[in-house]
Amino acid sequence: MDVLYFAWVRERIGLPRETVRTEAVTVADLVAELRAREDRYAAAFEDLSALRVALDQELSDFDAPLAGVREVAFFPPMTGG
Amino acid sequence: MITDIRVQSAAFAVGAETDRFAAAVAQAGGAGAIVTFTGLVRDLPGAGGLDRMVIEHYPGMTEKALKAIAQDAAGRWPLEAVLILHRHGELHAGAAIMMVATASAHRAAAFAAADFLMDYLKSRAPFWKKEITADGSDWVAAKDADEAALTRW
Repeated sequence: MDVLYFAWVRERIGLPRETVRTEAVTVADLVAELRAREDRYAAAFEDLSALRVALDQELSDFDAPLAGVREVAFFPPMTGG
Repeated sequence: MITDIRVQSAAFAVGAETDRFAAAVAQAGGAGAIVTFTGLVRDLPGAGGLDRMVIEHYPGMTEKALKAIAQDAAGRWPLEAVLILHRHGELHAGAAIMMVATASAHRAAAFAAADFLMDYLKSRAPFWKKEITADGSDWVAAKDADEAALTRW
């Protein structure tokens, strides 16, 4: 699946998107896999309360299932307007 | 309802957009009230001034989110037309970041819908702002008040 990062999450990880092969069942499982990879991922996902997640471009939750999802995006709370 | 949603890096002229919106509303049968709001890039006097603001967004999701917010507003108030225009990229102090316009038969609905659009745009549309000053750069943090503002609708 495609995993996208925005704003400071993108800066901490150092790339805007990547394709990830995963058997993760939920978003939280995917986060655990990413955190275990490298320090930059651990730093980006250090505090989940400071993050939001969108599944196929719809805001979602960290306990949401990933079955059928093609695009996951992680970003800080939005600041439009 | 006329829905005009644009996400663009190019600058826009508030007067010209307002005229265009009013003309579209008139052509569609008219309205009793049009409310417009324009958001500007604020300077940061305390930090030696803002050099520039960079607005990042999530192409694809942004347009979907704005459309959903406009449809939500249309379900709550009798609206003739909605405009949401939001810029991304590099902007300098004083530049217009975004504008919303609403048209309705009555003033109260047009004001309320514009207020609602702004509250939802702030924390439900995938935009992020970074302020760059002589001292460095910082992502603008979301305020708890912005999230709390949604509970009034």
